[in-house]
Amino acid sequence: MPLAETINRGLKRLPPGAAYALGLLPLGWLVWRAISGDLGVDPVKTLEHRLGLLALQFLIAGLCITPLRRLAGINLIRYRRAIGLIAFLYAVLHLAVWLALDLQFRWAEIGSDLTRRPYIVVGMVAFVLMVPLALTSNDASLRWMGTPGWRRLHQLVYVLVPLAALHFLMVVKAWPWEPILYLAAAVGLVGLRALWIRRFAAGGAAR
Amino acid sequence: MRHQNGSDLSWSDVTDKSVWLNRRQLIAGAAAIGLAGPAAAGISAVPSSLSTQEKPNTLEEITSYNNFYEFGLGKEDPAAYASALTVDPWSIQIDGLVDRPGTYPLDDILKGVTLEERIYRFRCVEAWGMVIPWIGFPLATVLDRVGIQSGAKYVAFETLLRPEEMPGQRSSILDWPYREGLRLDEAMHPLTILATGLYGEEMPKQNGAPIRLVVPWKYGFKSIKSIVRISLVAEQPETTWNMMAPGEYGFYANVNPGVDHPRWSQASERRIGAGLFSSRQETVLFNGYADEVAGLYKGMDLAKFY
Repeated sequence: MPLAETINRGLKRLPPGAAYALGLLPLGWLVWRAISGDLGVDPVKTLEHRLGLLALQFLIAGLCITPLRRLAGINLIRYRRAIGLIAFLYAVLHLAVWLALDLQFRWAEIGSDLTRRPYIVVGMVAFVLMVPLALTSNDASLRWMGTPGWRRLHQLVYVLVPLAALHFLMVVKAWPWEPILYLAAAVGLVGLRALWIRRFAAGGAAR
Repeated sequence: MRHQNGSDLSWSDVTDKSVWLNRRQLIAGAAAIGLAGPAAAGISAVPSSLSTQEKPNTLEEITSYNNFYEFGLGKEDPAAYASALTVDPWSIQIDGLVDRPGTYPLDDILKGVTLEERIYRFRCVEAWGMVIPWIGFPLATVLDRVGIQSGAKYVAFETLLRPEEMPGQRSSILDWPYREGLRLDEAMHPLTILATGLYGEEMPKQNGAPIRLVVPWKYGFKSIKSIVRISLVAEQPETTWNMMAPGEYGFYANVNPGVDHPRWSQASERRIGAGLFSSRQETVLFNGYADEVAGLYKGMDLAKFY
């Protein structure tokens, strides 16, 4: 795979820190748009939706790392932690905008949303599942937990990413393509893992 | 003119001050968003006591944040794509239980009609609101002119079906053409208008040119745009969002903070244009028009007939 090798070789010069910087670029752009009043007629919704979408995009990107390595030979594993943490950052900001700017801390409404609105519940569950993953996305936690335990915990992404995509689909009116495609991507990427596990269990060589 | 007839008429006599003030605002707004063109002729309208005193949203807000799925699902899509719509010639087929059915050119419908400025609150089912200075006239005047027959109980409306100019209609996201309906007494209510303009100008295409319904105490999806057909009927007509998701979008769709959409709360709403930090406000029953319209629903369970 010469193309994959070229990419891998090129990436040697890109340290993981650069992935954080790249991941923060969309945030910088959003902040710039907010300062210059360029968020459109409904800036609160623009911020809320854009941040939520960025979180989902980084979550799905994180799920692409292993398939890219196994199917295309492209190794981006060094950047996976950055991608996951950036996704968490956008999820935190998405939640913060919902609480502070959209609902403006109307706790009664927030409380009833959290108990009665399925799409809010689904989104919140996805967020809560991200918290332990973000907290343990460091070398110390990995050492402390041991690789098998850490891996088991981080398999929560296979649950939370489809939930995050489902949250997106549930909030829209009618059945537009965009959230359907995100959900399909999330389910497909998780399904790929299920397929690999089954093959592995059946004694076939995992490829 | 003054010299010919010897009177002291000036433009302020034929154009209400609030209208030309609005025109100035419009010109400024239009220049800002690149709308200004030589053909932009203003239309004059008399003020109405049914207008709210609240400050209208800007022209830019009103014309760049639209749900008009015929032009796409995004709020910016109508402003981007509606320019392709041909609105002249335009006619409306009026049929069903009426004495004088027919296809009426828009000019005929507007002949002899007094256009009024109606500054109304507008509340979307998505829990946001605006204040819009519509120009229009009561739907009742048209219905009275065509003669309502005694069996008529409801009014059904249809939007133009023209996929070659309305790209959203090329996908089956909704069951086209868009349809809406009102009970006859709702349709005859003085607050219910057919609007042909806003901010002193002809209706922008993204807002439902050349003629649309405005029912200010109901969620915005009831206020059907770009109308080509009005039918007086005996039975409650099928309506687009109600057919799509009957549990979410009722036939009545009256603004009601006490009856939530199944997926989100209707207790409060965000006022577009109120900025990042203070945009949320309480939603009011019938969007604040309870004094005028509550009587239409006396004895009805509004949670059941949502």
